[in-house]
Amino acid sequence: MNIFKLSFSYLKKSPLNTGLNILLLALGIATITTLLLFNHQFRNNLVQNAEGIDLVVGAKGSPIQLILSSIYHIDSPTGNISLGEVQSIINNPMVAQAIPLALGDNYQGYRIVGTERSYLALYEANIEKGEFWKYSKEIVAGANVANKLQLSLGDTIVSSHGVMEAGQAHEDEPLIIVGILEETNSVLDQLLLTSVESVWDVHEHDEEHEEEHDDHDHEEGDEHDHDHDEHEEEHAKHKLEVSTEPFGFITNENLNKELTSLLIVYNSPLAGAMFPRFVNDQTDMQAAAPGFEITRLLSLLGIGFDVLEVFGFILILASMLGIFIALYNAMKERKYDLAVMRTLGGSRIVLMSQILLEGILLVLSGSLLGILFAHLGIAYLSGTYQQAEQFNINAWVILPEELIILNGAVILGILSALVPAIIAYRTPISTTLSKES
Amino acid sequence: MQFLNLKHRYENSEYTISYPDFTLNEKEHLLIIGGSGSGKTTLLHILGGLLKPTQGEVFIDGTSMYSMSESGLDRFRRNHIGIVFQRIHLISALTVIENLALAQYLSKQPKNKPLLQDLLSELGIAEKAKKYPNELSFGESQRVGIARAVINKPSILFADEPTSNLDDKNSDKVLKLLQDQAEKNDASLIIATHDERIKRHYNNVLNLDNEVIPVGNG
Repeated sequence: MNIFKLSFSYLKKSPLNTGLNILLLALGIATITTLLLFNHQFRNNLVQNAEGIDLVVGAKGSPIQLILSSIYHIDSPTGNISLGEVQSIINNPMVAQAIPLALGDNYQGYRIVGTERSYLALYEANIEKGEFWKYSKEIVAGANVANKLQLSLGDTIVSSHGVMEAGQAHEDEPLIIVGILEETNSVLDQLLLTSVESVWDVHEHDEEHEEEHDDHDHEEGDEHDHDHDEHEEEHAKHKLEVSTEPFGFITNENLNKELTSLLIVYNSPLAGAMFPRFVNDQTDMQAAAPGFEITRLLSLLGIGFDVLEVFGFILILASMLGIFIALYNAMKERKYDLAVMRTLGGSRIVLMSQILLEGILLVLSGSLLGILFAHLGIAYLSGTYQQAEQFNINAWVILPEELIILNGAVILGILSALVPAIIAYRTPISTTLSKES
Repeated sequence: MQFLNLKHRYENSEYTISYPDFTLNEKEHLLIIGGSGSGKTTLLHILGGLLKPTQGEVFIDGTSMYSMSESGLDRFRRNHIGIVFQRIHLISALTVIENLALAQYLSKQPKNKPLLQDLLSELGIAEKAKKYPNELSFGESQRVGIARAVINKPSILFADEPTSNLDDKNSDKVLKLLQDQAEKNDASLIIATHDERIKRHYNNVLNLDNEVIPVGNG
């Protein structure tokens, strides 16, 4: 027997009370910890994914939508921009580098992005297996996509139209996996990358195909076989080499094609003051600066976070109050126990420590349970929502702040057990025993 | 043990109880008799080191008990005093054996579970070791109370109204248990009671209703 066992026995004696207090505290701690983990990783990933990108240029619309769709690959793109307009941007002397993005298709919910090698360089991504694409309809898969969908080199996939799952399938346009990227902990992990030409080819062919189909309906069935042969020839013909030069896909016959957006790196910081205005005023496109939009987004979300945080603190305070009341009330019936323990030779300090220990045990188990809840909750959320996956929210990261929460909780536990402990310290032996005896 | 000139007045009380001086030799037993309100529980608490009297002194082995510090008194109780309360006051959150283990822990004795088991067997409640106090009859709780009081091998064993809830047969049994345990530990037994039935067993009777009456052989 020792005071630890004694405290534990008292807690065990009133399981409902103990359980409720622990649960209430756990909920409060879980709320705060979840926010902490989510907020931390969310902010980090927002910032990290936008690192190195000074500006995003795309079709007019909501700037946040443009940023969300072009950098983080959530939300729908704002529209398309013509190659003519693209040229006016990439030729501007204030632009050091531009990365083209052609969106519009997905494979099982993972977005297919038509781009160039420079997009990989932006996130310092290397190819782990296979090689970079040389031909149209070749795909380099992000680490997480490859892992989740069990893709390996040489696999063919059929993309669907749209950036969300379950669009119309491009059944006649299989794409082949030629490379798989290393894990980068960036948005690239969640993407399927290909050449801009490839995205065009898939769509162009699709349109032709649809027209063919329409024609076909009016013609007789005996021409069907012939049609099919033609298809195969076309397939072979479509193994087209793609340009390796930056914006090499801009050729005279392609001038009617479109891109979704451009990620821009400035030549000098001064461009930040002038270039966005140029884009917004002089062209039909819009420019959105990631830094500014992220700040705006976080301040919008911040209100929600703050409300939840206050809610979490209220839960914690309520549970501390609950622990205080439980211990304080228990003192009334425990007075006899305390007096008896004094007669058995227990010193005041021992009895006081025992009550404090009870408070600490309660708080510690509540806090640890709460932190566990938070991690399990995030693991569940990040497994359920692809948006969470997109942000690389990792459930099993332990932040130093969690230790601070734990310490803070223990201090609060000691505080809420302090008054009951002082009552224990002061319990007069004889008068307590004489009452009602 | 000797007590001299003892007087006690409770706060908010008009009465001051005065006790006759008394000397009890080592291993001798004493019966304190008195009706309710005569101050016998108070005297028991004073002698047991639980209540500092308003006036007067208690000497045990030549030491003045109430000139000791609070922690000195804790230590004194730990080493010399065992008390069986009228309402046993077992710790309800602990089992019988845990209650005894707690007494062992609080009196800073080495952990010794076999000793506790032996004690329970001696008192005929070995099979109740794992029971909680609310699962025991009064008689069983009282035995656990006796076991708890003698765990620290006290030099004085106090019992407050040990027979008040018992019939003749059982009251004799309990007195026998108390005497056996006192003798085993070479301890004095001091019983406070209003129960006149017990009187014939004791040489030293302190009657708080009247005076100290030394009785012959009993």
